[in-house]
Amino acid sequence: MADKKIAAYICQGCGLGERLDTAQLAKIAKSEGKAAIAKQHEFLCNANGVQMIQNDIDNEGVTHVVLGACSRRAKTDAFNFQNIALMRANLREGVIWVRPDDEDNRETTQEMADDYIRMACAEAKFVDIPESSNEQGLNRTVMVVGGGVTGMTAALETAKAGYNAILVEKTGALGGMAAKLYKSIPQSAPYSTPADSGVADLIAQVNSNDRITVHLNATLNKTSGAPGRFAADIRIESGATFTEQFGAIIQASGFKPYDARKLPEFSFGKTPDVVDQLGLEALAQAANGAPIKRPSDGKEVKSVVFIQCAGQRSEKQGHLSYCSGHCCSTSIKQAMYFKQANPDTDAMVVYTDLRTPGAGGEDFYRNGQQQGITFTKGEARTVTINDGNLTVKFKDLILNEDVDMDTDLVVLATGMMPNSGVDIEATPAKLDENCKDCSNDEKSGAVAPVIQESVLNLDYRQGLDLPQLVTGFTDSHFICFPYETRRTGIYTAGPVRRPMDMLQAQDDACGAAMKAIQVIENSSKGLAAHPRVGDLSFPRFRKEGCTQCKRCTVECPFGAINEDEQGYPQFNESRCRRCGTCMGACPVRVISFANYSIDSVGQQIKAVDMPDEYSEKPRILVLACENDAYPALDMAGMNREQYSAFVRIIPVRCLGSVNTIWITDALNSGYDGIILMGCKKGDDYQCHFVKGSELAHIRMSKIDDTLTTLNLEPARVATYEVAITDMHRVPQLINDMAATVLRCGMSPFKF
Amino acid sequence: MSNTAKYRNDFLKEVEANVEEGEWVKMCMQCGVCAGSCPLGNAWEHTPQKIFMMIRAGKRDEVLSSDAMWMCTSCYNCIVRCPREVPITHIMHGLAHYAKRLGLVPANQPTAKFAQLFWNNLSKRGRINELTLGLGLYFMNGFVEGIKTSIKMQSLGLNMIKTGRMNVMEIFGGHSVKDTSGFHAMLQKAEEIEATRIK
Repeated sequence: MADKKIAAYICQGCGLGERLDTAQLAKIAKSEGKAAIAKQHEFLCNANGVQMIQNDIDNEGVTHVVLGACSRRAKTDAFNFQNIALMRANLREGVIWVRPDDEDNRETTQEMADDYIRMACAEAKFVDIPESSNEQGLNRTVMVVGGGVTGMTAALETAKAGYNAILVEKTGALGGMAAKLYKSIPQSAPYSTPADSGVADLIAQVNSNDRITVHLNATLNKTSGAPGRFAADIRIESGATFTEQFGAIIQASGFKPYDARKLPEFSFGKTPDVVDQLGLEALAQAANGAPIKRPSDGKEVKSVVFIQCAGQRSEKQGHLSYCSGHCCSTSIKQAMYFKQANPDTDAMVVYTDLRTPGAGGEDFYRNGQQQGITFTKGEARTVTINDGNLTVKFKDLILNEDVDMDTDLVVLATGMMPNSGVDIEATPAKLDENCKDCSNDEKSGAVAPVIQESVLNLDYRQGLDLPQLVTGFTDSHFICFPYETRRTGIYTAGPVRRPMDMLQAQDDACGAAMKAIQVIENSSKGLAAHPRVGDLSFPRFRKEGCTQCKRCTVECPFGAINEDEQGYPQFNESRCRRCGTCMGACPVRVISFANYSIDSVGQQIKAVDMPDEYSEKPRILVLACENDAYPALDMAGMNREQYSAFVRIIPVRCLGSVNTIWITDALNSGYDGIILMGCKKGDDYQCHFVKGSELAHIRMSKIDDTLTTLNLEPARVATYEVAITDMHRVPQLINDMAATVLRCGMSPFKF
Repeated sequence: MSNTAKYRNDFLKEVEANVEEGEWVKMCMQCGVCAGSCPLGNAWEHTPQKIFMMIRAGKRDEVLSSDAMWMCTSCYNCIVRCPREVPITHIMHGLAHYAKRLGLVPANQPTAKFAQLFWNNLSKRGRINELTLGLGLYFMNGFVEGIKTSIKMQSLGLNMIKTGRMNVMEIFGGHSVKDTSGFHAMLQKAEEIEATRIK
């Protein structure tokens, strides 16, 4: 990279010119910021202003541009310069919009702006323009794991987009669960009757598509690599193994039904006349349109009861806590089997809350009622066997009475359990001596815990499969990026990701196919695919300083970092999300990005002018997550919320990238208070980088030692979870810290 | 009723066949908006929501001998609000009508009694005789109460006579439609048609 040339441009538009002494800002950029060029402009984001900057880049050799204007989140289209590094000093949302416009405050407001220019210039000195590494691969083939409706749809969508697909199916046939259904829930108007699942047609399409290679009876023995250059050893029935190369993975490993034997109260397993929904599909397939016969004695079923939420939506031990989404519609569909074969059959659905998601859901429910299916709001208690007949005991929740009802057949609507492979984060469960629901075998440990088979067999530092949510479904950013897993280039679709019906699974498959294609294309150019789309920077480390402590490899939320034989990290940048959690974790601070490093932030912290202890001008540092907290701060400005003029805000990629050295340095250089603002952590996290905020909270819980050593009050450092909607709360958090500083007094570390 | 008839569709089918708009009962989704919307809901033995559930549960006697549907004042709040557009008011009247035909109306149900009084009065001449209907209402619950009510309403009656709103001579039969025999023939025919519908 050629020599650095920093140029600073100060905007006078949007009231900046009236509120601030822009000439002074330009002077600071030149004298303290060492900017070669410092210009003021009355309207920097108009064509003329942008052209002025572009001219300097083209003719003066400017490599680093410092803009003293609006927030880095504003006017990104106008300030879109290629092949330079861009710093944004947030003078509008971060200064004039959050400060009162009066003579008393003019001085402190100007000091705020001065510091932001100093900080941006300091950052400029320590960032380089990122370039891609030479690790890229390009392979326009997607491997799809699972040959059910989701997997087949994903393969077909991939093929339609002009990419190749390898479909790996564990069993001897395509079709998955859908092939076991007699009919499926209708997917088009008038949603009145069970429809053909279309699975035979899908199978035919897959088999006849030249772009799709199908491997049946095949499992993955070992999967390694990174987006654009994955490889897998595929083992087939004969035991032979061969290797396939591909650029991305879609895991559509589907679900298995909840084991209804765990529901002894409903006599499942004690009589063949109590079946789960899949069991009923088998009966319906056998009857093939004729009246369904009950398994025990072959008598035509005259009365059938469907028990909804069997073993699900329940907090009881061993039950599923969640709703599986499809079961209400499935029961309606199955009740229609009976009604269509013989309208005189009594078919009753016992439910507590009937939920029929999807566009046609309500119509389908209504059509079920039209066809004479009875819906009873009630809680099923038991199913008992009397002389070969079944008695369902339930509580009618409308009439508030307990009912015994005789019936011929009972169908249990049990939930979906994802085939998500090995839970790599599982801790060995402790045996509970007092557990009432556990059998003696379980208590004594005689029954071995169910060993999950791995789906992907990843050759990754952090484990064989994808990380899971508490419910066992694969972890994805539920709110913002549902298809993303915590392994870049590997996408899950269908019921392995969350409970869903066939239509949703097909939509999901399309989405995953698009993501797989995006990652193949982006990673081939060294660009991040998500969530910092297009980011070229990647973590590098200074090997001489590395102590092989493995914190980065353990803490990376995306399992991107492997270890070499000597225990040094291997960053695998196409697997990397560029969050910087490794940089935050590194105790010896050897990890950095070209444009984001310990220095690029640390020097900003140090660049702030620190008034002495007796000035009554404290300094508060805010490290704010750029995804949620920083926009919230910007929006506070847009709403003209006011906060303390003593605060200096630095956006960080993720709170996980905050290295404690920044905190220590800030305290040592005289900051009076520090606030960290990250996203919601925990099981229902909102952190873009899943674990970043959580890790930052853990690290900061240990900062007290540092504070004690320095003889400072612990209240001076605070860590908060902030949502993007918290625009009214963030100014309060800052003002609270200002009050705390006032109470504790000024820091004695101002030199 | 035997145990097995519980929650079977027998009574639901009976209602569908015999009660006005009865085929709508199965469409209720038990949201309870009708029960919450009924201005007299607290006075009812069973809210419409519960009546519909009882029909599905096969509680034939309890439903048909209930006082509930007789309490409906036809305010139509429930129909307006029902998300499933079930004609609840009509079904309530349909159930009352069916119960009446089966002779299952609770004894001394005032709405049922007045309805009978009204019908008897109207069906005679095709016109309502307000004087005899009013007096019949006063004496509906016995002679002594009738005298008491009459005395209480005395001045209203006199004023109505004075302003020509009530004719005392109506006590001797009163006016009628032009073709009384034709009117009776019409009623006769209607009754025949209805009889064929009752199962």
